[in-house]
Amino acid sequence: MKSKLYMNPYLAGFLMGLVLLGTIYVTGRGLGASGAVKSVTLSAIEKIAPEHTNNTPYLKDYTESHPGGPLKDWLVFEVIGVIIGAFISGVLSGRVGLKLERGPNITNFTRIVAAIIGGLLFGLGSQLGRGCTSGSALSGMAVMSFGGIITMLAIFGSAYLFAYFFRKLWLK
Amino acid sequence: MGPLVPFIISNEFSLIIALLAGIGFGFVLEQAGFSSTKKLVGLFYGYDFTVLKVFFTAGVTAMVGILLFNHWGILDLTLIYINPTFLYSALAGGAIMGLGFIIGGFCPGTSICAAAIGKFDAMAFVGGSVLGIIIFAEAYPVFENIYSAENWGPVLIYEKLGISRLLFAVLLTVLAFIAFYFTHLIENKVNNYKAQFSRRKLITYGIGIGLAFFVLAVIVATPSKDEMIQNRIANAKRQQKCVFKEISADQLAFEIANHHYNINVIDVRPKEEFNSYHIPMAINIPFEELNDRKWKGIFNQKLKTNYFYADTDTLAKKSCLWAKYIGKSDNFILKETSKDFKQLFSDQIIEPQNASKTEMNIYHYRVKLQQEMNALVEVFKNLSQPVKPKEVKIKGGC
Repeated sequence: MKSKLYMNPYLAGFLMGLVLLGTIYVTGRGLGASGAVKSVTLSAIEKIAPEHTNNTPYLKDYTESHPGGPLKDWLVFEVIGVIIGAFISGVLSGRVGLKLERGPNITNFTRIVAAIIGGLLFGLGSQLGRGCTSGSALSGMAVMSFGGIITMLAIFGSAYLFAYFFRKLWLK
Repeated sequence: MGPLVPFIISNEFSLIIALLAGIGFGFVLEQAGFSSTKKLVGLFYGYDFTVLKVFFTAGVTAMVGILLFNHWGILDLTLIYINPTFLYSALAGGAIMGLGFIIGGFCPGTSICAAAIGKFDAMAFVGGSVLGIIIFAEAYPVFENIYSAENWGPVLIYEKLGISRLLFAVLLTVLAFIAFYFTHLIENKVNNYKAQFSRRKLITYGIGIGLAFFVLAVIVATPSKDEMIQNRIANAKRQQKCVFKEISADQLAFEIANHHYNINVIDVRPKEEFNSYHIPMAINIPFEELNDRKWKGIFNQKLKTNYFYADTDTLAKKSCLWAKYIGKSDNFILKETSKDFKQLFSDQIIEPQNASKTEMNIYHYRVKLQQEMNALVEVFKNLSQPVKPKEVKIKGGC
């Protein structure tokens, strides 16, 4: 099956805005992503090594302030929804399939290593910055939060700044 | 009035909402092409500005929508979650995320989206973000200083810039459209071709731009629901035209002494005046706070009668009108002021000398009511204050 074209970006943006607006209207909060990964990761640590969680103040605080674990976490459910929604969209447009996308000049191995390093940095940065592109930048912009907007500027500013040095990963 | 959680929809049920919101979010992300790193990093090399277009359109749509909902009085902006500002951690965290973006090609939301349709690199990215989160949690003491430095709280950008909320919304919308135009030019230049817009597309874009500014103009030009009610209440004509149901002090005292469970006596004066004296069993809702949603129940119920009083006729009437506009309750105003009531039912009611039988009857009646009311106040010492609703705090974050 030939994969269909992507949706018009403005239409997609408008629809995404409506989803965000609806979410804020119903729940009083925006969307997010990295918080869900955090919830699952930290409670997994607690399950595997409860001793360690007790000895590490940060982990202990988190577990105590989120007593329900991931199954009571709003963002975890939201991200499960993201997986379902993205999969439905992928099926409808014929884009589902196991593959690896990379720049033309790098090997698969380099791409995977870069993805892991990128993910690591993003994970770390989203903890320090209290949210990622969805939770901080997008939702922050919608509610006009100063912190959200400067985080957004920092993310995109820094990506532009470093883009030149990593052009070999992406361009011909 | 929104947000619906936790007032109308419980916190548990909101997890279902989360799932639905996520499905919508994931679907649109994937449809927009955010499951492909080629499209995502195009932003940084100038060949594909989809990310900026989608991101900016979504942000502006949601922002304008929030303002419109607030304007119509269906969304309480004081309750929604505003991301707090920690200056240094936001800048440092953002810079690290930007670096991660250009190396990894995804951000957390888009990587989950791409992993869902089977991209191995996206799965690796998600795995990497798990590692990053663990490193942060384990090395927290290292980051602690910068993490909690310069805590400004939930600052809003227009406050910081010193402009009004609406002006900022208009500026950001204009900025978005300017950005769309110039990124379009850059895209053409980098890709070395000239995109032609069909007539239909141009019309659609025109309508989109028009709609955004039309909604903003509506918000600027028309009075909000709140302002409308205030205007109506302040309108002297309405105050005179409206037939107020009135109650005299003696009747009110009787109601308090005998039917306290069936009535709300509402003092609309400022808190200090209420504290210095108030009618027995009365609750204090200062006029400025009538709009607070915690009092909604009092004005929306039909079982109890509300009696308003103040020291001036206008204030009591305004409050009564207000209750009439927003609720369904049966509302009365006290003919006398609180000072009159105080005099009539003070602790030492002077026994009239050589009075007629009627006057003696009134005297005995008031003394009896006064004692009964005092007894009630004593019994309800702890209950006469309304139960403080739990502070509602909406948690957010990413």
